[in-house]
Amino acid sequence: MFDNRFISNFTKYKFLLVELVKRDIKGKYKDSVLGLFWSFLNPLLTMVVLTFIFSYVFKMSIKNFPVYFLTGYLMFNLFSAATNGAMDSIKSNASIIKKIYLPKYMFALGTTCSELINFAISLVVLILVMIATNAPFHLSLIFTIIPVLLLVVLAIGVGLILATLTTFFTDIKYLYGVFIMTLMYASAIFYPVEVLPVKYQFLFELNPVYLAIAGARDAILTGVFPNVKYMIVLAVVAVILLVIGMYIFYKYQDKFILYL
Amino acid sequence: MMSDKSESKNAEIIERSIEDAKRKAEKNKNLIIVKKKYRLSKTSSQLFERTKLDSSEDNDFWDEEGLGSKVNDITTQEEDAEFQNLPYIVSDEVAIKAENLSMEFNLNQEKVDNLKEYVIKRIKGEIKPKNHFLALNNLSFTVNKGERIGIIGFNGAGKSTLLKILAGVMKPTEGKVETHGKIAPLLELGAGFDNNYTGEENIFLNGAILGYQKEFLESKYDEIVEFSELGEFIKVPIKNYSSGMLSKLGFSVATIVEPDILILDEVLSVGDVKFKKKSGNKLKSMMGSGITVFLVSHSVDQIRKLCKRVLWLDHGNLVMDGDVDEVCDAYIETAKEASAEELHNIELY
Repeated sequence: MFDNRFISNFTKYKFLLVELVKRDIKGKYKDSVLGLFWSFLNPLLTMVVLTFIFSYVFKMSIKNFPVYFLTGYLMFNLFSAATNGAMDSIKSNASIIKKIYLPKYMFALGTTCSELINFAISLVVLILVMIATNAPFHLSLIFTIIPVLLLVVLAIGVGLILATLTTFFTDIKYLYGVFIMTLMYASAIFYPVEVLPVKYQFLFELNPVYLAIAGARDAILTGVFPNVKYMIVLAVVAVILLVIGMYIFYKYQDKFILYL
Repeated sequence: MMSDKSESKNAEIIERSIEDAKRKAEKNKNLIIVKKKYRLSKTSSQLFERTKLDSSEDNDFWDEEGLGSKVNDITTQEEDAEFQNLPYIVSDEVAIKAENLSMEFNLNQEKVDNLKEYVIKRIKGEIKPKNHFLALNNLSFTVNKGERIGIIGFNGAGKSTLLKILAGVMKPTEGKVETHGKIAPLLELGAGFDNNYTGEENIFLNGAILGYQKEFLESKYDEIVEFSELGEFIKVPIKNYSSGMLSKLGFSVATIVEPDILILDEVLSVGDVKFKKKSGNKLKSMMGSGITVFLVSHSVDQIRKLCKRVLWLDHGNLVMDGDVDEVCDAYIETAKEASAEELHNIELY
């Protein structure tokens, strides 16, 4: 699976990856007037609405809710958008796959990369909100990169599994839509984990996306190194899913064309 | 003798062109009369003429799936004759070696593509009986570098499947193909063109899909633009292109490489008359440079002119593999007994 063919293929089609990422990003807001600016505006508006609802309507007491929420929201969005994009990538590029040979995983990898770039752009909003809310800037901020990268590895793994499955079963898409919504509510994005009694709080730790969010909050809000235990568990889960994803994708990719 | 013949031919051509000119003049007269009759303003008559031009361009083949997927063999006899004089250099090196190729498709009566149906049918045990369809059955052949191979067969013989396997788009169910050298499959022009991209951006996107490197495309960029004859339009989003322009662009990108193996599904001639000749010449110069060529064509005549060796497929079996005239003669003999459905679109002479 990891032989020379894989490496030489990757270098040959490196430029394809760049072009696919470019196409994704350019295509995303192609007809909108504000264009890329939506990458800032989207999380900002959501944050304003939810801050209002949870700080004033539900009177939840989270220290610096805007930053708490944005960290979770951006991380979760990265995972959700990357996996959904990867899931559709094979079907939406069917016309190319049916006519020309190219490494098919490039499409899944391409959407994940473009979502990562989108995430990086919207981080600017987070920084602006941190300045606006007088949040302290800790040195530990740079460690945010650890949960983010682990989350990307997880997203690639899950994305490859989903891309393979949807090619054979179209309705995985709808099933995953429900799943991702459940996952969102289970990731403590706009509420603190303390809503659950202490003895049930371990349930959050079963959710790898929550582990990544908690790690990012450690680095950004608390100003400490991301929870090591969480990061190790996340890394193990991410690598396992990546290996499973690569395995089933490679195993079934030659059959894709018969089902497209 | 020869000169006499060509002189009489020339005379014929001149006569024909005079007649054409007369006909055109008459048409123009009619047009003027129409204009006068309806007192068309200058702008609307211009519009009228423009739509006339556009519609003539629309005759070029181009469909949503992609350019070049349709058959177009409006090459005149003279152009074909030029192909006949191509140099034919065959070396001892093997270019393609196919061993026991088989391709099997599952022809389920209903396509099960959702989980619910799959689970229910699995439980009921309905999923098991599959209708297998052998598109290719145990093909073996070796092709040396420089050979030009024609592939003939009735409709549904497996010609296109074979080309797709050779191009690497499909993996055979059994057997394997060994290829040596760079393959340029001209099965599809302009794959992955993005409508919102300009011609320039699409050159790079389409090039990347075809597996070219950035540096390569940058160095060949001017050549591609020049060959495509698009000029200023290269900076315009391709959603504003005519079908002819799109196929010109697609052809220019696809043929910029110097491949070792060329795979053609029908000889592609695209665009207007002038570009057709130009693209034909380009293919000719590619074919004449000692590369290996695979050509599927519905025209036996074209195969005879271009190829020296022919593979004849029938229902996935390799019926004959040998000298072009021998195989083509046998093929035509059999065709006399073939059904009309099998012969649809096929030119025997």
